[in-house]
Amino acid sequence: MAAAVAVPLAGCLPGPRRKAARIVDAACVRSWLGVVATRLEAERDFLTQLDAAIGDADHGVNMHRGFTAVMARVGAMEEATPGQLLKTAGRTFVSTVGGAAGPLYGTAFLQAGEALGDAASFGPRLLLDALRASLEGVQRVGAAAVGDKTMVDALSPALGAFELELRMGGSLETATSGAREAAAEGMRATVPLQARKGRASYLGPRSVGHQDPGATSTALMFAALEQAVVADRSQRFAAGARRRGSGT
Amino acid sequence: MSVGLVVVSHSAKVAEGVVEMAGQMAPGVRIQAAGGADDGGIGTDATMIAEAITAADDGDGVLVLADLGSAVLSAQLAIDEFVDEDIRGRARIAEAPVVEGAVFAAIQAATGSSLDEVDQTARDAATMVKVKDG
Repeated sequence: MAAAVAVPLAGCLPGPRRKAARIVDAACVRSWLGVVATRLEAERDFLTQLDAAIGDADHGVNMHRGFTAVMARVGAMEEATPGQLLKTAGRTFVSTVGGAAGPLYGTAFLQAGEALGDAASFGPRLLLDALRASLEGVQRVGAAAVGDKTMVDALSPALGAFELELRMGGSLETATSGAREAAAEGMRATVPLQARKGRASYLGPRSVGHQDPGATSTALMFAALEQAVVADRSQRFAAGARRRGSGT
Repeated sequence: MSVGLVVVSHSAKVAEGVVEMAGQMAPGVRIQAAGGADDGGIGTDATMIAEAITAADDGDGVLVLADLGSAVLSAQLAIDEFVDEDIRGRARIAEAPVVEGAVFAAIQAATGSSLDEVDQTARDAATMVKVKDG
């Protein structure tokens, strides 16, 4: 009985003894993409308003269109690894989003998918590698640094917080929670910045005082990641509890 | 054989128009348009650009002329991720204005010049003087 209690997640894990393992699998990645899509639908007009102030007023519409296409394409894939799902999301984004978000988020998803390789599921370490690959890809394509008032201002601190939390012995949940918080903080910190990349940079000092739309959509993705990971976790606990309950 | 050109613009019409202009100056040069988003609207599409680069390449390299913002990002992504490894090493984005750069580059490419020379010619188009006392 004690052994049974120790392996509540046995059905979802490659090794039955890893009681502390926090695992992300294809189902969790799908649920994350789904939460992003739902949140983007809800925030579409807000993102577009932010973009109207310093850009070309299409960020909300673009992100929503891209993610609608992602969900359709990913939904049609029956068997797929997390890496395949993310690479498909990236390619879909690149070809359906005409603005800068297309190549930038497309790269982020493609690089994350590459970093995950063929793994059927992964823990926080590999997720950290995937996040790092995303940031590097975005910076290679967009040539933006922290402080330029772009999505990097949310992505970079989120990666830093995720890594720090793991180093301090945190779990997948606490690391994604830390990343969500850091991304939101980074997003808010774009308000006083003057844009140095993207269309907002053409405005010069007039870009000051507005929150960056790209940093905002990136923060949204980290909030969705935390939500998906925590929901996934509690579902598994519930499933484990049911199994334990039926076993006695 | 000659260096190929790809014209990337947010507008499909702009890209096609520039290809038409540059092509008239250099009939033997492969010049491909990659403009607009995949639904025909304003935007750019890295996969479309990658296909254009592949079509423009005949072994001597490809120079990409891109307009603004995401056109440059999409072209960079196309080169980094979507074209074959061997083409990747001989494809680059010009530091040049699209119309003038494409016309100058096409004329240079038609002479059988190297990618470096065509690239430099396109770059020179940025500082072309149009109005003497302007």
